[in-house]
Formats: sequence, C-alpha cells, structure tokens
Amino acid sequence: MSIVAENISLHIADFDLLRNINLSVEAGVVTVLVGPNGAGKSSLLKVLTGEMEPTRGSVLLNQLELSQWDRQEKANLLAVLPQHSVLNFPFTASEVVGLGCIPHETGYAKDQKITAEALQVVDASYLQRRLYTQMSGGEKQRVQLARVLAQVWLPSQHGDQFLVLDEPTAAFDLSHQQMTLDIVKKLSARGVGVLMVLHDLNLAARCADNLVVMNGGVIEACGSPDNVLTEQLVSKVFNVQATITRHPVTDTPLVIT
Amino acid sequence: MLPVVAIVSLSLGTVSIPFQKIIETLVYAFSGNAEYSQINSIILDIRLPRLILVLLVGAVLASLGAVMQGLFRNPLADPSLIGVSGGASVGASIVIVFAGGAMLPPLAGLSLLAFGAFIGGVISTLIVYRVATSSLGTSVTTMLLAGIAIGAIAGAINSLLSYFSDNQMLRQISVWQMGNLGGANWLKVTIMGSISVVLLALLPSQAKALNALLLGESEARHLGIHVQKIKRKLIFLTALGVGASVALAGLIGFVGLVIPHMIRLLIGPDHRWLLPASALAGASLLIVADSIARVVVLPAELPTGILTALLGAPIFVALLHRQREEL
Repeated sequence: MSIVAENISLHIADFDLLRNINLSVEAGVVTVLVGPNGAGKSSLLKVLTGEMEPTRGSVLLNQLELSQWDRQEKANLLAVLPQHSVLNFPFTASEVVGLGCIPHETGYAKDQKITAEALQVVDASYLQRRLYTQMSGGEKQRVQLARVLAQVWLPSQHGDQFLVLDEPTAAFDLSHQQMTLDIVKKLSARGVGVLMVLHDLNLAARCADNLVVMNGGVIEACGSPDNVLTEQLVSKVFNVQATITRHPVTDTPLVIT
Repeated sequence: MLPVVAIVSLSLGTVSIPFQKIIETLVYAFSGNAEYSQINSIILDIRLPRLILVLLVGAVLASLGAVMQGLFRNPLADPSLIGVSGGASVGASIVIVFAGGAMLPPLAGLSLLAFGAFIGGVISTLIVYRVATSSLGTSVTTMLLAGIAIGAIAGAINSLLSYFSDNQMLRQISVWQMGNLGGANWLKVTIMGSISVVLLALLPSQAKALNALLLGESEARHLGIHVQKIKRKLIFLTALGVGASVALAGLIGFVGLVIPHMIRLLIGPDHRWLLPASALAGASLLIVADSIARVVVLPAELPTGILTALLGAPIFVALLHRQREEL
C-alpha cells in the first residue's frame, strides 16, 4: 500500500506552491525529499499528511482518500514529525512520548513499555524523568522523534503505516544523524513507509530507496540516488558546482562541493 | 485539606460556633430531624449555602483556568481572556446604572444583576469566538487578541457608565467588581451546582486532548484529535462556567490564573491530574479567602476578590522562588 499524490497542485494567495505533482510513497520504502529552500518540500508534506487541502488533485492513503479516513484510524497509520514544535509546558520526556500512544490506547502498562523502548531507540533513556523545557535542542528533537516512533510502534490493523519526518536531523550531531538513518532503515524493513525531508545530499544518498528532487514547486527528478544525483542536476537545482564520486565505504553517491 | 477548611469556615463568623455543634447540626439536618434554633439557622441557611457556593465557584474557576491555559498553550492565560469577565462586568454595570441594580425586585430569587452579568459574559465570548473563527478554523492567537480588544472596550464602557452614575451606583459597581460571595442561598447553590456537574461530567474526557494540544494544533491533529470540535466545546464550557460564577459571585480574579500554575509546579502539566487537583485547590483557596473576608473586619465583611489576591499571590511567589532555586 502507499500514500499516493494524484496530480496535486497547491495555490495560495497567487503563488503556485506546488504544480502537478505525482508521487507514490510506498510502504517498506524510504523516500527522501530534497531541494533548495522554498522548493515546496514542506508544502508537499502538508498536503500529503492532510494538513492542507490541495487546490487540485487528490491524496490517497492506502487507496482511500485522505479526508475519508476516520481521524483516529488515520493517526494509527500516519505519524508526522514537524520541522520544529514548540512545547512550553514542563512535561517529562516519558510524558511527551506517551502522547504518541494516544491513537492506539493499548493501556497503561503497554504504553509505558512502548514509551521506554522508543526512548531507548533514540538514545534518550537517560532523559526519561527530565523536563522537556530544560533539554537542549537536540535532546528535544530526539524526544519528539521518539514520540512519533511510539505512534507507529506496533503494526496497525487498519493497514500499512507511514512515518513522515520533516528535517529530522537538523538539530543532531553526527552520531545522532547516523542513529536516525538506522532507525529509518529498520522501520522500512518492518514494512513502514518513510517519507522525509533532508538537506544533506550525502545523508539522503545513503538512506534513500527513492530520492525525489523538488525545485520551484515541481518534481525535477525522481528515482534511485545513483540515477538521480548527477553533477548536472545539482548544478541546475542547487546552483552549485559539485563533483560526484562514490562513498568509499557505503558505495553510494558522494557529493563534494 | 478541603474538608478541614470547610468545617473551620463554617465555625467562623460574627457568631462563632464550636466544631462539635456544627457536626451535630449537620448530622441532624441530613437525618431529617433538625429542630429550629438560631444556630441551626445560621449554619443551614447562611453559612452552609455560602460555603458550598464558594467551593463550587473556586473549583470551577480554577479548573477552567487550567483548561484555558492548555487551550491557549500559554501558562499566563486565564478564563477572562476570552472576554467573559469583561462582558459580565459591562452587563452588571448596565443593570446597576439603568435599572437601579439590587433595588429592583428579584426575578425568581435571582437579582437582575446576575442575569445582566451572565448575558454580558456570554455575548462577549460569542463576539470573541466569531471574530477568531474563519473557514480555516478558530485561531487561538486571534482569540487572545480579540479577547484583549473586547476587554479594552468593556473597560471603556465601564468607565463611561461609572462616569455618569451617582455615588450610590458607583459604590455598587466597584463592590461588585471586587467579587462578593455574600447573599448566597440554596437557589444559587443549585444553579452553580448543576453547572458544576455538567463541567465535571465533560471536562475529564477532554484531558487527553488537552495534553495533545500542548504539543501544538497540527501535532494534535496528527494524533487523531478533532481540534476544532474540542476548541468549540471547551470555549462553550468556559463561557458557561465562568459566566455563571461571575454572575453569582462577582469578579474573583487570581484563582483561575494562579491555581493551575501552582498545581503544575507541584504535579506537572498532565491534564488528567491537573484538572481535578486545580478544582480542589481552587475550592480550598477560595474557602480560606472567603472565611478571612468574613471575619477580618467584624461585624462587616470584605469583598472576597481582594482576599484571593492577597492570599494567593504570596504563595505563588514562594513557589516560583523555590522552583528557581531547584534549577
């Protein structure tokens, strides 16, 4: 199953934010969205997750129109991590992650277990009892990541699940960037469809099964990183002269600027 | 803590009554064979209804304060933000100035003043809500600003009305605005009681949604919460609860702002505990404040609203201080 964008356009206040986008985010596949600032990446995420209605076209989640889904069932299938969230109330890390369990409501003991496991996966077990308001930026982002992981922690009876991450690694150090990629790969191996926006082309090349390059509200290129990442494309889309070689260890494309 | 405060409060007053006598009277009254005496009458007709009204108003204001702070995702929000209090005071002033206030015969046991305040409160909330609601939903930021604007307009109308009123009216207006729980009777208790029951029945089920809302509206939506419906429901309940308490008890500030804040410092922001704990603490604080208000200048009384601030603010400052030291 999949999230499918059928010929969507988004038009707000005389601006064409998205034009005729066709995209399929498949379950069990890591789809990475890259592109320069203002290319429409976040707008596309908002349309694909139902936060914004497309001006034209439609979005299907597991073959059913997004707006037709029951709210709670949809929340069991689709977890979304926004670029940054503001939380000014002194919840502990465990409480924040516990909020991710609201859609499935499997009972206190099970929620506790999921919460602890999710925190462990993002290397934040030591934060359990700490207050969110007193954490560093990277710690906050890890706790938020654990929250959306908790939301799709267990398979759902309603169908294939999807995780949408908007620049999840922005506040992370190198080891936590690596950790995020590992988590994403594990999830996709379990059958979860992952869609994320990344700015680092090399990170994208390392984890994407399907790399989507956006520019000016349209999809410029789409496919495996090997095929998509060319010097020509980087120069055209990002306006940067780059050399592309192979990564000596992972053998994925390596963009050097 | 609440039961102790309540019994002590019953004993205090112009005529002080020993605890033993109070408990005897209550037991007799509930077993249905109360004999008439002056003490009985003081307890059952004056102090008990007042106590229960104070308790309910305190609980309602504090728990709705917690609700508003959650909904606005702002720990400095209080129930008056959506314009209820401002509108209510305009309603009350209009009644006092144009209808002579308490001089009019009461309508079904309630003064016209109470009706004026309630209607004023509900109308101004409706205006604030309409201003902030578009096809995209209700914007809490716009609501906050609209609430401030309505508050300013209400303040201006109040000043205007005060300017044109005579001494007697002026005194009535300002006493009303200080909040006064005198003149409680069983009818008021019944009204406030039934509204409290409605709130008690509906608020706990919103606690999880309020927790999710603290993350942000779109985050809450992705967790499967029907954000617009929750907002509409909570704003309606707040207008109802605060409108009724303002109508029956006047403006009592501070309880709605500070009690939830204090409780959050003590037990954290989870609304499943925050709402009931705030209700209990709000009831206790208001009972203490009201008891002191009744005895501090015997045989007269002070308006309760003055006491809530005098009493609550130092506790709050102490808590803030303690929290800073822990950091």
